Amino acid sequence: MLELRNIVYRTTSFTLRANLSIGRGEKVAVMGQSGAGKSTVLGLVGGFIAPDEGQIIFAGRDLTQTDPAARPCAILFQDSNLFPHLNLRENLRLAVSSTQKRNAQTDDQIALALDKVGLAGLEDRHPASLSGGQQSRAGIARVLLQDRPVLLMDEPFAALDPARKREMGALIAALCEELGLTLLLATHDFNDAERICDRVILLEGGELMTDCPIKGLRKTAPDALKPWL
Amino acid sequence: MADRPQPLGVMAWAGMGALAVVLALTLSPVIAIAALGRDGFDLRPTDWAAIRFTLVQALLSTVLSLAMAVPLARAVARRTFWGRRLFVALMGAPFILPVIVAVFGLISAFGHNGLIAQILRPFGMGMPEIYGLHGVVLAHMFFNLPLAARLILQAWQDVPQERVRLAQSLGLGRAAFFRHIEWQILRNTLPPAFVIIFLLCCSSFAVALILGGGPRATTIELAIYQAFRFEFDLGRAASLAAIQALLCLFLGGIALRWTHPRNPLGTGLDRPLALPRGGRVAAAFDGLVIILAGLFLILPLTRIVWLGLPHLMDLPNQVWEAALRSLVMALCSTALCVCLSLFIALALIRLKSAPYLEAICLLALVISPLALGTGWFLMLRPITNPISWALPVTVLVNALMALPFVLRALLPALREADASQARLAMALGLKGWQRVRHAYLPRVIRPLGFGAGLAAALSMGDLGVIALFAAPDHGTLPLEMMRLMGAYRMQEAQGAATVLLGLSLSVYWIFDRGGHIYA
Amino acid sequence: MKHTIIAAGMSLAAGAALADVPVLHVYTYDSFMADWGPGPQVERAFEETCGCDLQFIGAGDGAALLARLQLEGTRSAADIVLGLDTNLMHSARETGLFVPHGITPSNLTLPIDWQDPEFLPFDWGYFAFVHHTDLANPPRSFEDLAASDLRILIQDPRSSTPGLGLVYWIEAAYGAEAARIWDGLSDNIVTVTPGWSEAYGLFLEGEADMVLSYSTSPAYHLIAEEDDSKTAAAFAEGHYMQIEIAGITAASDQPALAKAFLEFMLSPAFQSAIPTGNWMYPAALPSSTLPAGFDGLIVPETVLHFSAEEAADRRDAAIETWQTALSR
Repeated sequence: MLELRNIVYRTTSFTLRANLSIGRGEKVAVMGQSGAGKSTVLGLVGGFIAPDEGQIIFAGRDLTQTDPAARPCAILFQDSNLFPHLNLRENLRLAVSSTQKRNAQTDDQIALALDKVGLAGLEDRHPASLSGGQQSRAGIARVLLQDRPVLLMDEPFAALDPARKREMGALIAALCEELGLTLLLATHDFNDAERICDRVILLEGGELMTDCPIKGLRKTAPDALKPWL
Repeated sequence: MADRPQPLGVMAWAGMGALAVVLALTLSPVIAIAALGRDGFDLRPTDWAAIRFTLVQALLSTVLSLAMAVPLARAVARRTFWGRRLFVALMGAPFILPVIVAVFGLISAFGHNGLIAQILRPFGMGMPEIYGLHGVVLAHMFFNLPLAARLILQAWQDVPQERVRLAQSLGLGRAAFFRHIEWQILRNTLPPAFVIIFLLCCSSFAVALILGGGPRATTIELAIYQAFRFEFDLGRAASLAAIQALLCLFLGGIALRWTHPRNPLGTGLDRPLALPRGGRVAAAFDGLVIILAGLFLILPLTRIVWLGLPHLMDLPNQVWEAALRSLVMALCSTALCVCLSLFIALALIRLKSAPYLEAICLLALVISPLALGTGWFLMLRPITNPISWALPVTVLVNALMALPFVLRALLPALREADASQARLAMALGLKGWQRVRHAYLPRVIRPLGFGAGLAAALSMGDLGVIALFAAPDHGTLPLEMMRLMGAYRMQEAQGAATVLLGLSLSVYWIFDRGGHIYA
Repeated sequence: MKHTIIAAGMSLAAGAALADVPVLHVYTYDSFMADWGPGPQVERAFEETCGCDLQFIGAGDGAALLARLQLEGTRSAADIVLGLDTNLMHSARETGLFVPHGITPSNLTLPIDWQDPEFLPFDWGYFAFVHHTDLANPPRSFEDLAASDLRILIQDPRSSTPGLGLVYWIEAAYGAEAARIWDGLSDNIVTVTPGWSEAYGLFLEGEADMVLSYSTSPAYHLIAEEDDSKTAAAFAEGHYMQIEIAGITAASDQPALAKAFLEFMLSPAFQSAIPTGNWMYPAALPSSTLPAGFDGLIVPETVLHFSAEEAADRRDAAIETWQTALSR
């Protein structure tokens, strides 16, 4: 239902070529070294960059020329998921309406979302006063409020310690399950991928090397993936 | 980083010595001025007019520079175009340009009889007056619009790309994007930029000397010069110098509190950013802004070179003598400045009270060159004919004026080198100069080269203290150029301007390249 | 007689400086020593007879010239300062940096008597606004000029003798009304330059309609450039007269040679370089010797002039009036 059709995207260091079809609710890990094109794939799907050739199709609709905001995607980064000058409530209001209109219904939604990620009652705090883990959770709360069917995550756990990673992984996995989200997770850590995803794609220098289910991979991995396990 | 007392002994003492020298050189003139003015300062109504004009022109220049820098920085940040790297480099150029060349260029491009006026004339239009307030503000914009644009562009570069994508993904409209991204940049960048540019405009002398003049367009710096060279009224010169020093110290104090140690001349500004580009109207607007700013920066300089090149060969000997004199002075001043700042920086990284010492050092240097020159003059006069000391004093003052820039470029790199290399150097038993040579120098040579380039270019183009002291027949190249302009030998002045421009850019380039020897 | 003095000066000077050729330093303004000014001709003529090296040093116009001498004080290298005028004479004397010249000039052709122990005149002229002959309705008075929208260039009275001359001109013509005239003129002034050269250059470059100069300036264009397109505007109030002077400094280490130079300054060899070099009236040549081209110049019906003492008395107040009117 999400399809990258004959995509070509040229940069000075590599050319990304991708033909990819992702089903509803599928959770795909995009792996590779930095500079392999992971973020580029996410950028193309999210609409932050435009492909030189090819199309991006979602549910039969051609999204190639569509604005990022009008795409069915929410995105979660490693950091900078929140505006530092706004408190959590103001940040999350933006996810509901870009004009930050005040109404009781929105504030209830925000309280609910914060509760769900374990940050209940922190509406008035500014991002700088939160820990790294709390900031990531606040980012997830934003994703919840955006309520988009596709979730793009760009190395969201890279800065967290192993315990936090596990915690966040579980939270994301539960969320995807509950909301039936389609997930694209860019990562260079196979453990992260294994914890959440059911399919893995390996990129090397912009070329799609491997595309296989993640289950049982540890035993029967293709050669290209072995160094990543 | 310093776990226990560091055995840097000699170098640290040398640094403290250098710091003491700098403080003595900057504070003794202040004392000399204060001593002369101890019976109360004597100011006339026209001096108040000079103070008012100084503030008004600085305010106008600063506000207009910032107002135009905002769209320019945005346009450069979000567009990719042919020659973008060159354009960004060009925006850094006015800083190392000799002021007199730039002003001469502005006159020949935008003057009553300049290039634009000549183009407009057949259509029955003309250019407004360039002398007086207009011209002073225009010239200050020439120098500070690109500086402000680079400061804002730097802040654009510091915005995480993720935040911009987040804004896009959330569908922030134009107003919300401005509020949550751009306004945050401007809110943090504009106040310090305002203070820095206001300070630069308050203490600029050469611009007012050439484009100002009459009682209507006299700055405090110019009034100091006039009190000296026209009226020989030392009491008034000292009063004005005291006011100028107080004003600059006040502004400099604010600037120090506000500014982050960010270098608007730093590299990496030519990296294009992935920002939302807006529609066709926005693209056309950005294009227009870039083209106009480009023309504003390029026209005066190309005009000067275009007019000056044909006359290079028949320049009088005086010009070449002055050029040689200027070159030697620039090299002396650079050597002095680099030594002082290296020693001071070495001492500063060792001392707990470094932030305060650095601040004091920078504050003392904020005092305007003419105020310093006045003080020096007052100290020298009882002992000798100050005119015969014009060149050494100029070398000294130029070295002091460039010191803050070199220190600011040097300190972060030296701190980093110290953090990463001090233990290794200690383990290897490297001491004193050996440690500097092997552990620090290779890591700070780039900022040092860049700083030396700045110092050399600034000294090469300086027209400040030299105008106060020098005999016109033993002047520097900028002074000789000024003399040729005054005598209305325009072709020779244009030729001299071309030589001066070439020399300034060359010394900068050579030193800056020299900083890459380990690369 | 003159030659014996020069010879005496020479031998004295030569004796003092032993084998070296003595050097006589003359501080003057830029246009005097310029290639097209009288400087080179004067230098050649004097060096032929003095056995010395005459060096002109450009030290700015009028008051700036005096300030330069004050800056250097008794350590100055200057032997002679040439290019002050009667308006500055009193201030110059007050500095105590000049010594009596001991010369009794006999051949002066100035319009006024000259008796001054320290200073001698070398040329004179009338201040006037110079414009192109194609200027429609040239002003006939300061009132006219103030009412017009003509663009004029003037010099700073604090640094330049023409600038100071203009201040006295208006002061002499209007007295207590001077402030009103300056108010009216202030919107006509393009810029105030530090010296005469800058203003005249800007005028030639087309930056203004009129420039404050001398009634004799058009002769330069007429004679040197065969260009009759410049003329001076005759003002009904009359014109202020300037007398340019020179004096020997107290700091001079060549007093005899300096005295010889002042003698030479009043001789035909120097004086003949003035009309077509400095474009002024010579101070010691009869008007019959003036070149053709000078006869077509305007000659004011009323001559305005303050004595040195009167000028000194009025100076601060007059400049204050000027500055106040122009700084609005």
